[in-house]
Amino acid sequence: MRIPILKLYDCLLVSIQWELDDQTALQFQEDLLHKIHEIGASGVVIDITSIDFIDSFIAKVLGDVISMSKLMGAKVVITGIQPAVAITLIELGISLNDVMTSLDLEKGLEKLQQELGE
Amino acid sequence: MENQSCVNIQTEWDIVAARQLGRNVAKELGFGIVDQARITTAISELARNIFIYANKGRVRIEKIYDKGHAGLRIVAIDNGPGINDIRLAMEDGYSTSGGLGAGLPGVKRLMDEFDIVSSKGKGTEIVATKWIR
Repeated sequence: MRIPILKLYDCLLVSIQWELDDQTALQFQEDLLHKIHEIGASGVVIDITSIDFIDSFIAKVLGDVISMSKLMGAKVVITGIQPAVAITLIELGISLNDVMTSLDLEKGLEKLQQELGE
Repeated sequence: MENQSCVNIQTEWDIVAARQLGRNVAKELGFGIVDQARITTAISELARNIFIYANKGRVRIEKIYDKGHAGLRIVAIDNGPGINDIRLAMEDGYSTSGGLGAGLPGVKRLMDEFDIVSSKGKGTEIVATKWIR
């Protein structure tokens, strides 16, 4: 099943609602980049409130798609990282250092607006 | 219910099956949400290692009891090429597959006990345990 990507003005909004398998994650990577290209998006918010764990593979796919989006001129904010996810990611040794994050979707959109200077 | 269950790892879908099994057993045993996430993540890493490095193998999830304490044990076994240098494989950031290199040392941090036996050409067995606090 594909992850829906919604257009919101010049931004894209993604809410990941179920556990990601490898195929879905890689498909999402491709879909998001095509969508950025298609609508000329300048910002993306990826909400992962419903995700209750992230392993190193999913972390790599997320980190990669953020770098790829950046190459295309779009800024990405990840929102809704749960406490258990934050704890396990750091213990696993993954810090996602260069990634913009916000507590929830609302704050994520605000951060994106600031970043895009509107 | 059985005290152990097993998932054969042959495709990437089996990785999903293994971690879902582990999460269910962890829930059943009464682990909290954070420990459930730790266990699920550890299983995912170990199952993926089997899939990437050995092509196939199996992940066994066991409920264990010791002196009134309950725990969950993950046993990941493969007959793959084995690990050349375990010390190097246990270093943060080391990877031979282009991954994040978070795998084994990360799993060790997520779990309470961690044991690895590997011999070249014969395979690898990793045993990792988490106790309910």
